[in-house]
Amino acid sequence: MGAAGGTGHASGGGAVHRLYRAGGSAVHALPPQCKIAAVFGFVLAVVATPREAVWAFGLYALLLAAVAAAARIPALFLLRRLLIEIPFVAFALLMPFVAEGERVRVLGLSLSESGLWGAWNILAKGTLGVAASVLLAASTELRALLLGLQRLRMPSLLVQIASFMIRYGDVIGDEMRRMRIARESRGFTARGVRHWGVLAKSAGALFIRSYERGERVHLAMLSRGYTGTMPVIDDVTATRAQWAYAAALPLTALAVCLTGWTL
Amino acid sequence: MPTAPDPTAPSLQVSGLAYAYPDGHQALFGVDLTIARGERVALLGPNGAGKTTLVLHLNGILGGGAGTVEVAGLPVGKRHLAEIRRRVGIVFQDPDDQLFMPTVREDVAFGPATAGLRGAELEARVTRALERVGMAEFADRPPHHLSFGQRRRVAVATVLAMEPEILVLDEPSSNLDPASRRELADILRSLDVTVLMVTHDLPYALELCPRSVVLSGGVITADGTTRELLCDERLMREHRLELPYGFDPRSVPAPVAGG
Repeated sequence: MGAAGGTGHASGGGAVHRLYRAGGSAVHALPPQCKIAAVFGFVLAVVATPREAVWAFGLYALLLAAVAAAARIPALFLLRRLLIEIPFVAFALLMPFVAEGERVRVLGLSLSESGLWGAWNILAKGTLGVAASVLLAASTELRALLLGLQRLRMPSLLVQIASFMIRYGDVIGDEMRRMRIARESRGFTARGVRHWGVLAKSAGALFIRSYERGERVHLAMLSRGYTGTMPVIDDVTATRAQWAYAAALPLTALAVCLTGWTL
Repeated sequence: MPTAPDPTAPSLQVSGLAYAYPDGHQALFGVDLTIARGERVALLGPNGAGKTTLVLHLNGILGGGAGTVEVAGLPVGKRHLAEIRRRVGIVFQDPDDQLFMPTVREDVAFGPATAGLRGAELEARVTRALERVGMAEFADRPPHHLSFGQRRRVAVATVLAMEPEILVLDEPSSNLDPASRRELADILRSLDVTVLMVTHDLPYALELCPRSVVLSGGVITADGTTRELLCDERLMREHRLELPYGFDPRSVPAPVAGG
């Protein structure tokens, strides 16, 4: 257990840490709770915008571009991380074919008009939401995000679970890799359905090991006086000016949204 | 803090401690053990002797059997659990179990912060604990980016930050390379705190602990200077304790008490 620990970190890293892009911009320096609230407000405004106000979505995209520029996050970095959205895009592209209602002919295909609007709606709002989240993740360290959520009164149990995921993700990943090496050292390589049983058993063993580790961690926590709540060690406070700066994004978005409804 | 430790009482006093697990397996059959303030004692014994069960009694994780445990005069029990857990610092075998916070600094701060310390006082406590194990410059690293030996040292710091009456180490030398092992020994020797060290590593016990006790079959079967115990071949054989090949306890200098 943990015998290989000294070298384990070299290849680890984990997917979660790669979202963050270190920098010293004003956006990076904002307290996390301001940024989380701003992104949340922005997404609400975007979602509430009528889908026919096509120009509004263009403005939203410009707003995000401005934030990215302020945070000095390159466009390519942002676009590459947007790829995570592809599964949802595929679903949106199906809609014009399967939806009911009036049909229009585009390039010789018979498409549903409401389906087209639906697809546009999902695509535009989804992309803006994902882009805003990517910006948040790129300019805020994972640890800071948790502190921000804690500050925003997210239930402490959820914050604790998330922080344990950060701490133990790599530990469990290493354990998984050691199990794979042990399997392969005995001549096993997964080929096809017949070997799924072996993989399933490995997954089960990993689950039990992690469960047992959980019990040992709990014991260690009790031994240091844990009684169910995490003490507040790092308190991140935000000034009025920082809140005002962060609020620029959702407030502008709100203005755009309201204009979209009145026009 | 609700009560100050009694300076005249021994750091640890275990009397008549017996315990059976809920499944009926009895692990301890009346353990008596007294450790004076400032002593470093090794707890030796074969696998399954009840060492871990005894350790988990010292801070009240297990309990409910016969006998009593007192830490600096305070009986271990439901009423003083928070204070007991502050006084008894247990360093578990796998530092990945012990270090559960995202950064080293937060992990070391966990114990004192749970006890109510905040702000500059907390920060000073954390820095001092990390300095004592030579890990101050790693404060903002996540634990999984440290080597195993460094993680073990941080685990010791997390407990030192609570300024414990007694430090309990479970297999402190396991999985350490010889250099990390020596570094940890230097650190442990430099601390002026009572130490109870659970170990299979007999040379390490001889190096660090002037006194040893043997726990076997749920009772303390021997108690004396570490060198005497290690030289008693019959005792060693009876309790499945074996010295590494070529190691002669008579050939090395004995540890100095309170060093």
